[in-house]
Amino acid sequence: MTTANKKKYKVIGTTPIRHDGADKVTGRAIYGIDFHTTGMLWGKILRSPHAHAKIKSIDASKALALPGVHAVVTGKDMAVARDIEVEAGETSLNYMHLSDNVMARDKVLYKGHAVAAVAADTQHIAEEALDLIDVDYEVLTPVLNGREGMKADVPLIHPEQTTKIMAFRFDPGTDSGEKSNVAGRSQLKLGDIEAGFKEADFIVEREYTTSWVHQGYIEAQNATAHWNNDDNITVWNSSQGTFNQRQLMAEILKHPVSQIKMVPLEIGGGFGGKIPVYLEIPAAMLSKKTGHPVKMTMTRTEVFEGTGPASAAQMKAKVGATKDGRITAAYAELVFEAGAFPGSAVGAGAQGMFTAYNIENILIDGYDVVVNKPKSAAYRSPGTPQACFPAEAVIDELADLVGMDPLEFRMKNAAKEGDRRADGVQHPEMGNLECMEALKASDHYKSDLGGPNRGRGVASGYWGNAGMPASCSIAINGDGTVSLAEGSPDIGGSRTSIAMMCAEAFGIAAEDVHPSIKDTDSIGYQGLTAGSSTTLRNGWAVYEVTNQAIELIKARAARLWETEPENVDFADGVFFSKAEKELKLTFKEMAGKLMETGGPISVAASVAPRGAGPSFTTHMVDVEVDPETGKVDILRYTAAQDVGTMIHPDYVEGQVQGGAVQGIGWALNEEYFFNDKGAMLNASYLDYRVPTMLDLPMIDTILVEHANPNHPFGVRGVAEISVVPPLGAIANAIYAAVGVRMRDLPMAPHKIVKALQEKNGKTK
Amino acid sequence: MATVWIPTPYRDLVGGVETVTVAGSTVRQITRNLDTAHPGFWERLVDDETDRIRAGVSVIINGVVVGTALHEPVGENDEVHYLPAIAGGA
Repeated sequence: MTTANKKKYKVIGTTPIRHDGADKVTGRAIYGIDFHTTGMLWGKILRSPHAHAKIKSIDASKALALPGVHAVVTGKDMAVARDIEVEAGETSLNYMHLSDNVMARDKVLYKGHAVAAVAADTQHIAEEALDLIDVDYEVLTPVLNGREGMKADVPLIHPEQTTKIMAFRFDPGTDSGEKSNVAGRSQLKLGDIEAGFKEADFIVEREYTTSWVHQGYIEAQNATAHWNNDDNITVWNSSQGTFNQRQLMAEILKHPVSQIKMVPLEIGGGFGGKIPVYLEIPAAMLSKKTGHPVKMTMTRTEVFEGTGPASAAQMKAKVGATKDGRITAAYAELVFEAGAFPGSAVGAGAQGMFTAYNIENILIDGYDVVVNKPKSAAYRSPGTPQACFPAEAVIDELADLVGMDPLEFRMKNAAKEGDRRADGVQHPEMGNLECMEALKASDHYKSDLGGPNRGRGVASGYWGNAGMPASCSIAINGDGTVSLAEGSPDIGGSRTSIAMMCAEAFGIAAEDVHPSIKDTDSIGYQGLTAGSSTTLRNGWAVYEVTNQAIELIKARAARLWETEPENVDFADGVFFSKAEKELKLTFKEMAGKLMETGGPISVAASVAPRGAGPSFTTHMVDVEVDPETGKVDILRYTAAQDVGTMIHPDYVEGQVQGGAVQGIGWALNEEYFFNDKGAMLNASYLDYRVPTMLDLPMIDTILVEHANPNHPFGVRGVAEISVVPPLGAIANAIYAAVGVRMRDLPMAPHKIVKALQEKNGKTK
Repeated sequence: MATVWIPTPYRDLVGGVETVTVAGSTVRQITRNLDTAHPGFWERLVDDETDRIRAGVSVIINGVVVGTALHEPVGENDEVHYLPAIAGGA
């Protein structure tokens, strides 16, 4: 579905075969696990068996005596990183916390926290050596729940930590002076919340919980590092941002950033989880000690226990509406478990949770609470799936009370351009209502459910998207093809999308552009492959270099035609004389004449785009619930999303579908099972239940192309938002099917059976 | 004068209101004048060591994220927000 503001394109909007496709389907693409270099050793990490303990001593002498072992490093070998907050990409972090998360010093703060690393000739020797490292722990009582962690009488994970009343993460704000596991408290307030609730005829207030979930990328974290004799460090790894990781490495290792080169290998998924550094630091330290390159890869268990999943949350939501269906006020309390160090996505959750709606009176309290679990990391629209779950569930209950169709209720309250978000910012041009209207006009909306115990749910979502800097360079080849270099790790098909925008500008085929992804020594600065920003920002960079190149080629054509450059123009892939229409040469023809008109042309550009443009979406799902077993089957699923101008529609659709599937898993299956000591009991894909294609129908998409007016090709981020609505939509569908409101994720069969028994008065 | 939206936790510095009007043609001037009228904002918003808006904060002018540079221009009737900088995951 295309809206009126979309331009006509020749390459953009088509679906060429991806440039990296042949290498990937034939197994020739080089991922971190494939990388090998001469003299390479293998590194392994010893991890804490305790969720909370003091490290009294570490004795690695037996490990070092094992034949084949070259070195051991511990937290004591690491310099103390600066206790400051810094920008890192478009997010921010504390170097000391990051360093302490990479390797514990005095305390371990979660089961799986790294305490030592070994380099050996083989993986097996390294693993054997781990068993020979003696660590003497003083086990402490763990804090395993956010609300519990807020209480005054629980152990303090960071004894000196005090609660800060913050407007934003790392705000020095107002220090309460009160020692607590609550690292930060934030608030968003718009209008007059009391007056808004007074105006309401109906008010619904509920409590909700979600569990820890993992991004579930297929490829485990990996890094190979070589600390050369000249003190230059090279790291080959899989990450969501080489320049960001280079900065983090420089700070933690206290090494000049100019002496660190990050080489991006292919990446097998990230979803936010590959923004931080983990193995890169110990691999570099072991390489320095041994003089050899050191390769490290995580097992799946290490990925679950030792990287950054998405926070669990405990939440309250209260929303009021008038009899005619106008939402008058919304309140929420969000308690997010940050994990072992401060910095959950509670702020992003607060910003996103009611943002699809025009609500004049809003109050949202957010709490960032440290607990003895892995340090949370970004996961696709960070914080927003958790927060939108209660928002969408309560809004559904209100629609029921008002007596309106839940989609029409949302349409009546939909945020539009000029309306204000909870943080006061006015919405720019966007397609929120268009998505809802498209869904209402769909076959899905008009279809019958076709049986008992079936129900339909809807939910909406918002994600702000990001900009971030980008750089690229092009070289025009004599045969009319273009070599395109950029530096953003390609997770979702970005290199082909970027090549397509280059091809569009030059009027050539996508296949005539050859994209490659360069290391940090070979290309200008790139932001993270995150924030749904890569296609947007690299599209801007391509727009700049192609415009510059076209001007240079105009001058060459002018030389050929013995006229001035201002007499030459370019349109639809053809350079032509304004005065003599018969003088014209295609881009390819001109490329063949560069050598005779002054030599080759190559252009580089760096940009820092603004006006990313937000994403909005509404999903509809039909479910069937087995009342005997509580099993939920997804019968039909449709996601309507404002995707801006689609560069490669297949990739856009894939992003929308993939996010929806992750959201379905979050809603129904996925959770970290912790025992009462803080140990994860299901740290494998056998026991951590991710939905597969056998569990799901085709995810239908309605792609609303409301072009971003602030981008030369109309691009807006598409990659994250579709994970947001499934949690609420499925909860609402289950209610419609069997009449129980599920408020604790995941909505696993045993919980549904229990809820049905309680509803029917058969509580066991 | 520009309209500055006050982050909720700081509204005690301005008597509880959502917005104040502030003179200035750059983020530096706006933030400095805001602090002069309502002391406390400069310390909270600006990192003197880097001479930039603090890490973790984004300045938004008329709905557009402009980052952390103090020299960013602000127009006569612009709307200025200081909001958390947030990156995503995909």
